[in-house]
Amino acid sequence: MIQVRVRLYATLRAYASQQKLGEPQIVQLPDGATVKQLIAALGIPDNIVRKVFSQGRAVEEDHVLRDGEDIGMFPPVAGG
Amino acid sequence: MAKFLRINMTTQTATYEDAPAKYALMAGRYLTSTLVADQVPPSAHPLGPNNKIILAPGWATGTSAPTSARISIGAKSPLTGGIKESNAGTGFGQQMARMEIQAIIVEGFPTTPGKFWGVHITQNGATFFPADEYAGKGNYEAWRKIIERFGKKADVMGVGVAGEKRMTNAGICFNDMQGRASRYAGRGGLGAVVGSKGLKFIVIDDTGAPPLRPIADKDLFMQGQKKLTQAIRTHDITKPKGGLNTYGTAVLVNLLNEAGGFPTRNFSSGRFEGAPKIAGEAIFEGNKQRLGKELYNHACSPGCIIQCSNVWHDEKGQEAASCLEYESVWSLGANCGIDSLDDAGELVRLCNDIGLDTIEAGVTLAVAMEAGLAKFGDGKAAIKLMHEIAQGTPLGHILGNGAAFTGRAFGVIRVPTVKGQGLPAYEPRAVKGIGVTYATSPMGADHTAGYTIAPEILGVSGKQDPLALGGKAALSKGFQTATAFIDSTGHCLFIAFPILDIGSGFEGMIEEAAGVLGVQWTAADVTRIGEEILRTERKFNEAAGFTKKDDRLPEFMKYEPLPPHNVVYDVTDEELDSVYKDM
Ligand code: SF4
Repeated sequence: MIQVRVRLYATLRAYASQQKLGEPQIVQLPDGATVKQLIAALGIPDNIVRKVFSQGRAVEEDHVLRDGEDIGMFPPVAGG
Repeated sequence: MAKFLRINMTTQTATYEDAPAKYALMAGRYLTSTLVADQVPPSAHPLGPNNKIILAPGWATGTSAPTSARISIGAKSPLTGGIKESNAGTGFGQQMARMEIQAIIVEGFPTTPGKFWGVHITQNGATFFPADEYAGKGNYEAWRKIIERFGKKADVMGVGVAGEKRMTNAGICFNDMQGRASRYAGRGGLGAVVGSKGLKFIVIDDTGAPPLRPIADKDLFMQGQKKLTQAIRTHDITKPKGGLNTYGTAVLVNLLNEAGGFPTRNFSSGRFEGAPKIAGEAIFEGNKQRLGKELYNHACSPGCIIQCSNVWHDEKGQEAASCLEYESVWSLGANCGIDSLDDAGELVRLCNDIGLDTIEAGVTLAVAMEAGLAKFGDGKAAIKLMHEIAQGTPLGHILGNGAAFTGRAFGVIRVPTVKGQGLPAYEPRAVKGIGVTYATSPMGADHTAGYTIAPEILGVSGKQDPLALGGKAALSKGFQTATAFIDSTGHCLFIAFPILDIGSGFEGMIEEAAGVLGVQWTAADVTRIGEEILRTERKFNEAAGFTKKDDRLPEFMKYEPLPPHNVVYDVTDEELDSVYKDM
């Protein structure tokens, strides 16, 4: 098993167990799990997540997670 | 017949003239930049008698097109020394368009220094009135009084104390739909140009004018409007209760922070530990807690269906400040190390009240903190510095003249400016493409001039790695060109998100403009006109003395690695120069 630290932002906060802004929640996943599996484990429907960051880098859904990884997830957002 | 209104500040006269045929197809930034280039000598002192202020609504402004109430303002900038276009969302431009005033040209120079005038424009003509009684006051009070005097139908353009005192961070202020003095054509110090002319307000009331501006080809226009509206309403970012409507633009705080591109403590880091406390989510939650209900955002100007503008409330649930947008909570928050929305909100309120651009004000405060005038993170000390500006003390005058001036006054090396204008809220070392825009735009450091953030960070209009080199000049050039056109339509730039992803929305924007004018335009015309605007602006700057050396980011970004990615700015000078090489 691996553990990742996840922060959900904007409308994704509806799927968060951790309600304190900016605080990560810990998610346990099987070894070799991908971002896609993480999204499913969080109960987030397909096609809602637009951007996933790992250690400040954008990653795709097939990214294989490592133990202790820091993940941030966003729905489509924009500003100016 | 479209007309120009000339407001002469030497003689206090206002006269209408038929718009020359050369300008018939121009509006918004296309018109303001062309008129500035044609009528202002590039060598003119920005605060002297030969500079002019030009106001023009966009093509779609004053029609039923969605989110189309932007007014464009042009002049030679006292902050950059180059040409400047700045725009704002307000009913003012819609009233101009319905009265068929294609442009207002403010020119001349006051003969009595220290005296201020207002101009009242109605269907009966334009008349001057003494405005000294409003001078020296905060903008909230001044706007309340002027709207009381001229009625709620009036839209008001004007300047605050910063503009009166000709500080080069003075913005031009407009009221929002509730009459708040809060919508700014902020960048480039154009408020100082208005102040230098002894002009305090222009009040416009189109009572008696037709409800919509004339449209040459109604079918084409309506077809365009339908497509654009559909795109805005369905895109995830701009649809009702979508990202912008729920969280406002400050929803970007956490995103840029995660990406390591959120400039912190005067551009010394790309991450701010206090980011979640000042983000759009915190504004939403904070308001909910203080008001006991969810508060969605509102339109800053009539006819906006995106509605991203917010109000921050204090502990008693009373209105504290509007609007806490991304740029403002960044500049007056993270960039100063401040993680309190109440302090950042008060700083926004003060900027609006004094008449300052929030971006430049925050970049300036951070440079002042670097100089030791206050500690990073000390919101109360930052508020005190803002009062110095309001009071016009010698220190206040230094700060009111912006980041570059303040940096020089105090011997600071880390001064994040290009062409004298403060960098906005995206760290170019961590987002390379936006650095190309900052460096090369004729406007000075300006994110809106070529928002490569869309593909580099947001995943809108494709995906690009923000940290990767290669192709970033072409990316910026494409965005700068399209933006020059959008800035001429009168649409808020935020329509770019849906139209970049939804092709029919892009077509709709073109068809609307073409319908108003009665011409046939395609995407090729967007590029043609966009490039023409940029060439005009660039030529003005060259004649004003700008060279390649001015198309560079501040030197410290080339040798100070930025955490967390520990990268410097490494787009080559040759690549920067390629943006305008063959344009
Ligand atoms: S999208 Fe936001 S900034 Fe643009 S016009 Fe609408 S409310 Fe104003």
